[in-house]
Amino acid sequence: MRSINRFRPVFYVLLSVYALITFVPFLWALSASFKSLPEIVSGGIHFIPKHFTLDNYQTIFKQEPLFSRWFLNSAFIAISVTIFNLLFNSMAGYALARIRFPGSTLMFYSILAMIMIPGQLTIIPSYLIIKELGWLNSYQAIIVPMAAQATYIFMMRQFFISFPKELEEAAELDGLGRFGLFFKVVLPLAKPALAAQTIFIFMGAWNEFLKPLMLMSDKSMFTLSVGLNTFKGQYISFWNYIMAASIIMTIPALLIYIFFNRFFVQGITFTGTK
Amino acid sequence: MARLKGKNKIRDLLSGYSFMAPTIIILGCFLLLPIGYAIYLSFHKVNLLGTVSYKFTGTANFERMVDDPRLWIALRNTAKYALIVVPAQTILSLVLASILNMKLRYRNFFRVAFYLPTVTSSAVLVLIFMWIYNSNGLLNYLLDLVGLPTYNWLGDPSVALLGIMIMNIWSTAPLFMVIYLAALQDIPENLYEAADIDGANGWQKFWRITVPQLKPVTFYVVVMGIIGTFQLFDQSYIFSAGSGGPNNATLTMVLLIYQYAFKSMDMGYASALAFLLAVVIMLITLIQRLIFKEERLN
Repeated sequence: MRSINRFRPVFYVLLSVYALITFVPFLWALSASFKSLPEIVSGGIHFIPKHFTLDNYQTIFKQEPLFSRWFLNSAFIAISVTIFNLLFNSMAGYALARIRFPGSTLMFYSILAMIMIPGQLTIIPSYLIIKELGWLNSYQAIIVPMAAQATYIFMMRQFFISFPKELEEAAELDGLGRFGLFFKVVLPLAKPALAAQTIFIFMGAWNEFLKPLMLMSDKSMFTLSVGLNTFKGQYISFWNYIMAASIIMTIPALLIYIFFNRFFVQGITFTGTK
Repeated sequence: MARLKGKNKIRDLLSGYSFMAPTIIILGCFLLLPIGYAIYLSFHKVNLLGTVSYKFTGTANFERMVDDPRLWIALRNTAKYALIVVPAQTILSLVLASILNMKLRYRNFFRVAFYLPTVTSSAVLVLIFMWIYNSNGLLNYLLDLVGLPTYNWLGDPSVALLGIMIMNIWSTAPLFMVIYLAALQDIPENLYEAADIDGANGWQKFWRITVPQLKPVTFYVVVMGIIGTFQLFDQSYIFSAGSGGPNNATLTMVLLIYQYAFKSMDMGYASALAFLLAVVIMLITLIQRLIFKEERLN
């Protein structure tokens, strides 16, 4: 302990330097989003805009009619995917943890095997299946294939395994069936696991790039991540607009993260992955 | 009693399958079916015009790989990428976690702050870094300030990949830092107490106790890092506007697959490449699972 005390200031300096390394790119982007283009082009390093302006934000929402549409597309897809996953993954996880039925062991090992399948393998066949279904350029093209995820089914199963059985037994004596039991007793008590899942799934869907890139060719169906990329091509040197759009895209994920932060580590140790 | 048991069994069967139904349908249609389909595709030439049609070509798609110079470029880029990024992010995350694990004040603030890049979308991160990397951008300004040479980060093939590497180390290290932090909590305190009695200093304790105790986690972090580098796509796609340029410097395996599938519409060959990549990634995962035995099922 004594040695730690002696070096304590050094560690604070290291942590602060790294905090700076983390923050500077974001602050630099934030600052650019409030500067006018001439101020950006004129160069020099100042993080506080000389003439603070909201024009960039107004422009991307007013001049680029699709920007708000992309934002709503992303929000609709991310929220739907999150709700479906919370429901379906918990149901499957609960069944695998608690209900004994023929085929359950096989299903459990299949889920485990699926966790190991890299997504790249299924990109092309999924595209062709979705094309055959006539789902290209539709919300369901992204929402349905993402509506249940093996990793989180496994996570929920682990959660329910260590769940006290007594509560369920008591509720069963009160005459609740499986469904009543699940929705009225089990799910409300699974809040920490559901919160951890919410963060990961919402962020995964909100930040997803490859799927909308491949499935949406209609500009009006783009999500923010893909829209942002075409935005970059269109406003190639208008970094003020590009940075304002980037900040807009970051805010929802940031809010979710701040709100659910205490469940973060828990979720990571549960799933072992992002 | 026996009748009751039988009734319960049927009830369990019905409820079990109704709880599993959404999962069975979704994973069946969009995970299991595509896996089989991917294997089928990789042995065929796919014609997408009009109604989709397939022509069996045997192992032609796989043979074609040997003579594909762009595949070798993508593999070389991936290897270079992994060799630099994986050790760098592993060491960085270990150091950060070790410092955060000390009883320092404000460590919660630092933990939350460091994690910020992991929350941000890759599309946004790439755009922010491109803005910092542009020829009269922040990075060149800082390099110039301390007398270092400046680069055309976005256009010079010799540094473009390095630009993506720096960004990736920065954005992935926090994730592994959290995994390390969790593992550090599990190291028994009495190991350190015993070392204290033997008069070990902080550095010795770190090298002789912390690092060896973290070996399984380090292995996990390295393997996940390698898998991550094999799957790199968003960054190089956005960075190079889908081309893998400048001069193929940022061409990755997944980007190559994407280009063949959706630019050249050569779905068969792209599937064969994806199949190969998936097999490699699954082998690495399998080895990791076997050694790490992370799966404590019950």
